[in-house]
Amino acid sequence: MPAKKTGKKKQKVLVTGAAGVLAQQTIARLSGSHPIVAVDFRRAVEIGPDIPSYRVDFLKRGLEDVFRQHDIGTVIHIGRIGTDIGGKFFRYNANVIGTQKLYDLCVKYNVNHVVMMSSYFVYGASPYNPALLDEDTPLKASDLTLNLIDTVELENLSQIYLYKHPQLNMQILRPTNIAGPGVRNNIGRLLSRRWAPVLMGFNPVMQFIHVLDLADAISLLLEKPKKAGIYNLAPNDWVPYKTVLSECNIHAVPFPSVPTGLTVGISRWLNWKAFPSYLVNYFKYPVIIDGGKFERTFGFKPARSLEEIFTHYRELKKEPWV
Amino acid sequence: MGVKSLLKKALVSREMEEIFDRVPKEAVGSYGYDPWGASLEGSKIGLAIFKRFYDNYFRVQAFGLENVPKTGRVLIIANHSGQLPLDGVMISIAVATNPNGPRAPRAMIERFFPTVPFVGNLLNEVGSVIGDPINCIRMLERDECVIVFPEGVRGSGKLYSKRYQLQRFGHGFMHLAMQTGAPIVPVGVVGCEETMPSIANIKPLANLLGLPYVPVTVPFPLPARVVLSFGEPLHFPREVISEEHVAENVERVKEKIRALIKHGLHQRKGPFF
Repeated sequence: MPAKKTGKKKQKVLVTGAAGVLAQQTIARLSGSHPIVAVDFRRAVEIGPDIPSYRVDFLKRGLEDVFRQHDIGTVIHIGRIGTDIGGKFFRYNANVIGTQKLYDLCVKYNVNHVVMMSSYFVYGASPYNPALLDEDTPLKASDLTLNLIDTVELENLSQIYLYKHPQLNMQILRPTNIAGPGVRNNIGRLLSRRWAPVLMGFNPVMQFIHVLDLADAISLLLEKPKKAGIYNLAPNDWVPYKTVLSECNIHAVPFPSVPTGLTVGISRWLNWKAFPSYLVNYFKYPVIIDGGKFERTFGFKPARSLEEIFTHYRELKKEPWV
Repeated sequence: MGVKSLLKKALVSREMEEIFDRVPKEAVGSYGYDPWGASLEGSKIGLAIFKRFYDNYFRVQAFGLENVPKTGRVLIIANHSGQLPLDGVMISIAVATNPNGPRAPRAMIERFFPTVPFVGNLLNEVGSVIGDPINCIRMLERDECVIVFPEGVRGSGKLYSKRYQLQRFGHGFMHLAMQTGAPIVPVGVVGCEETMPSIANIKPLANLLGLPYVPVTVPFPLPARVVLSFGEPLHFPREVISEEHVAENVERVKEKIRALIKHGLHQRKGPFF
């Protein structure tokens, strides 16, 4: 039987992916005003004495125990098996099937607010992309590579729940490249290095959002009226990839760009986590998204500049161990 | 000092800087780029390089530049020819150096350009963008000056035997003008047909290379005199009654362009004079 909600105690906020910097920054912002429950598939993370933390595999039945033991009102779903972990079938099961189980529990236990972290990768890096893609743009990422199928499928699944279960008040966020201290995604890894590949003849403009701005944005969603929907998250600032490298004190290494098969083949052979073969096109063609809807709906603008992000990566190079 | 700074120092004159300072600048980010990858510095360098060709090689004559609005959204619609997008470059320079009020022009380019190494990025840097309706709407909403060639590759890739014969116009530009309320300034381009006269198109090779055409033509553009005739702005109602009505509006623009081409042909003594 689903847990009966008393309506007296403040309902808890379940945050997935608690071992990551974005989840930890979000928890830090919310823990003063909301009771938090943290979960991660990697390990039970030590966050604080008042914050219960669990290691949970979404595909296992233990996930429901979290809902049985805690009165969860909001789920912030950040946790994801990264594109650098496991094969595409493992990732598909963990991310898509695992998330479906999580959403089913949200429905079963009357959760009334779900924030789901997607990615701008879903739009796909196509040479025919117009600039300032809005939330209604078709998702083309799976046309380009099988490795991004789970990202697109996860979005599609979330959209089904968004419309089929309006009581979840689901908000799907599609942030642009997330960067800043502690970020260990592909772009974070790349900017932390001293050398990075540049596809010869291509220099796409890019967007970046500071991880602390993203944590601010997620926290804001709990304070504002729950307006369900899909939202891009990106600042109104654009910078070419080569300028990014130069600003972060990274040496550009020319990389063959045509034919695409050669680029992908070399990238696959190098097996470089910061520059995986299935993301090659994101370093070739721009994927510029329009963050205007989020800004208008929630009155939020990222506060940290590109310069602040790049300064972090410049400073990082001064550390002898990088 | 970077390559761009060196090029700018070597090529961009004070006069050119002064012209660009008068150009209304739309929103750019903290590194001087807009969402389409255009930069002020890149535009200055591109303009400085091609202005030399504009003045000395193609000896461009531009008539009716006073018809280009100094501010606000506008669609510049022209005939397309010459295998390479030189007509777009020449119109861009005429608009950017317009003594009546310079504008930063945004030329819509064919969709295959972003896939070509170096070329795609260079075109973006100087303000060109792929001819996608969403791009065009966004730019017009930002009150930019957008150049469109509705014939597309049908016009640029046509053979010399079909010179100065307008090919089929897509209706997309008219829908965009009506949707956004942007006036249309028609332009007749004369001379680009003779810069790269093509006698045949090697279709199998074009298919193999993924290009729209591979012309049998001269190895470099010939120094034909280019004449640009800008017509008076045309205004169309925002309401679309039917596709037939849109087609009538498109035909009206084509008629204007035909007349402007005729005007341009009368202005020159011959293709190279």
